[in-house]
Amino acid sequence: MKVTSDPLLSIKGLKTSFHTHDGTITAVDGVDFDVFAGETLGLVGESGCGKSVTALSVLRLLNPSMTTIQGRVDFNGKNLLDLDPEEMRMIRGSTISMIFQEPMTSLNPILTVGEQIAESLRLHEKLDNKKAWEKAIHMLEIVQIPSPEIRAGQYPHKLSGGMRQRVMIAMALSCNPCLIFADEPTTALDVTIQAQIIRLLEHLKKGSNTSIVLITHDLGVVAQMASRVVVMYAGRVVEEAPVVELFHDARHPYTRGLLKSIPVITQDKKTRLNEIPGIVPNLLYMPKGCSFHPRCSEAMDICKKESPPMIHLKKNRRVSCWLTSDDYGEN
Amino acid sequence: MLNFLLKRLLAIIPVLLGITLLLFFMLRMLPGDPAQVLAGQMASPADVEIIRVQMGLDKPVYIQYASFLNRLVHLDLGVSARTQNPVIEEIWAKLPNTVLLALCAITLACAFGIPAGVIAAVRPYSWVDYLVTIASLFGISMPVFWLGIMLMIVFSITLQWLPAGGIGTWKHLVLPSVTLAAFVVAFIARMTRSCMLEVLSQDYVTTARSKGLKEKAIIIKHALKNALIPIITVVGLQFGLLLGGAVLTETVFAWPGLGRLIVDSILARDYAMIQGSILIFGLLYTLVNLVVDLTYAFVDPRIRYE
Repeated sequence: MKVTSDPLLSIKGLKTSFHTHDGTITAVDGVDFDVFAGETLGLVGESGCGKSVTALSVLRLLNPSMTTIQGRVDFNGKNLLDLDPEEMRMIRGSTISMIFQEPMTSLNPILTVGEQIAESLRLHEKLDNKKAWEKAIHMLEIVQIPSPEIRAGQYPHKLSGGMRQRVMIAMALSCNPCLIFADEPTTALDVTIQAQIIRLLEHLKKGSNTSIVLITHDLGVVAQMASRVVVMYAGRVVEEAPVVELFHDARHPYTRGLLKSIPVITQDKKTRLNEIPGIVPNLLYMPKGCSFHPRCSEAMDICKKESPPMIHLKKNRRVSCWLTSDDYGEN
Repeated sequence: MLNFLLKRLLAIIPVLLGITLLLFFMLRMLPGDPAQVLAGQMASPADVEIIRVQMGLDKPVYIQYASFLNRLVHLDLGVSARTQNPVIEEIWAKLPNTVLLALCAITLACAFGIPAGVIAAVRPYSWVDYLVTIASLFGISMPVFWLGIMLMIVFSITLQWLPAGGIGTWKHLVLPSVTLAAFVVAFIARMTRSCMLEVLSQDYVTTARSKGLKEKAIIIKHALKNALIPIITVVGLQFGLLLGGAVLTETVFAWPGLGRLIVDSILARDYAMIQGSILIFGLLYTLVNLVVDLTYAFVDPRIRYE
């Protein structure tokens, strides 16, 4: 891991609200985190906690007429949220790209996979048709798709789910981005295919300086790939830690709950799987105080009244919980 | 592919047979005596009887049907009672006019309807969208004859830019095409809008955006192409209907097409003519549908015919 002092991407106070018929929903509420060059950051949380919305906000892929994005997203010395749409478009797919969750629906069914890779090459790398096609085939080879020349000319429905996700990865990598948001890249796949895709991502990660923000709810994937983890709950960051510390010394009850929910293979079949009771709160009716308190087994009186401050324990280690006192020492 | 085509072409035969059967017997249930119509009001019962025998109408209906089928197999649609010309010649004389008008109307409708629908879908609930919606409502609910007459008053009588009726130059085509297209354009625009709205919310459109593609490329290459199948269906069905002749428009603009031919024949109880022209209409309609089905395979690689 090559961590330089200046972050590649720095998100500060990101707040994304959707305007709906029922009112304004704040899906991401004051999220801060940094991504350094060459690292893999895990962004973890249950469905609906704002992980994907964070990524979509950074790339400004949400419909601007229905959303408001506030805060700062500094990337290469520019605040992405201030760029005009045309400048932002040139960053998408070239320096920052994204891998989506659903390989079944994320590829255009009526364009060949080769064309779907080649079109960004023509656009961003200014390659002509022939060179772009050749590079597309080369990209398919890199993501280890057998007989790439034939596959490039095929339509997505001829490819299996794992193969399509490889195509998505090839697409995201094609223009040598500095940063990739991988939004649940393995969730929709079979377990064996998941392992293949993870291995592929790890393999591609080696020898490149590309940073990956790995969005997932699968802590196993995080353990394998990420060096640092940011845990989100109900639109907020609740904990951040280097991956080893997170697994050994999680501070937030939510993180601990997530860790306990991982099934153990040696577990007796009759014992119930651990879970965190309750569900993620409706974003329209957020509980007062700490948003996790209704589900927290260790909730105290203060948790119901005031939301906890972010306590920075040391570098890359912070937690937002009333249980954590400052005795750890600031920084 | 060839197999599929052959099968579909063979399937047209029973369809046409069904049409002839229904048509033949329904026609004969209509009140009114073709022999009487032909002979005229003043004719004596004896004269009417002679004509009836000449036309073969004195025989039982099933015999008439059998001889009709027999002639049909030999590609003979009979002779028009009204004009004494072979039915096929009469139809052949009118068909190009109808096809021309239908082609113009459908081209016009696509040229305006599809872009209007796309623009409305790209900016839903904006003023453009409302404008398209309101215009479509007008187009769909406006009676064709009224629109035709209004256009005629404005462009033929007041401004004197275009002829009020008849056939000959391209100028004669404009008003009837516009009149016919008004309904179809509205229909296509509504259909395009709803299909595009659906496609634009698909994951692969977000993928296309995440690649930094230009908005135009996203809308046309990624979205519109995916929305085309239902649009093609609507266009095909409407074109098929237009081929059957647009009776009202043809009447308003004195356009010598198939629609007017059919109506005139019905009024004259010209059995051979009605049967012939409706059969040809049925044939054209099924052929258009076949072409539409074949077009699907060009647009969507997932559709393959074996």
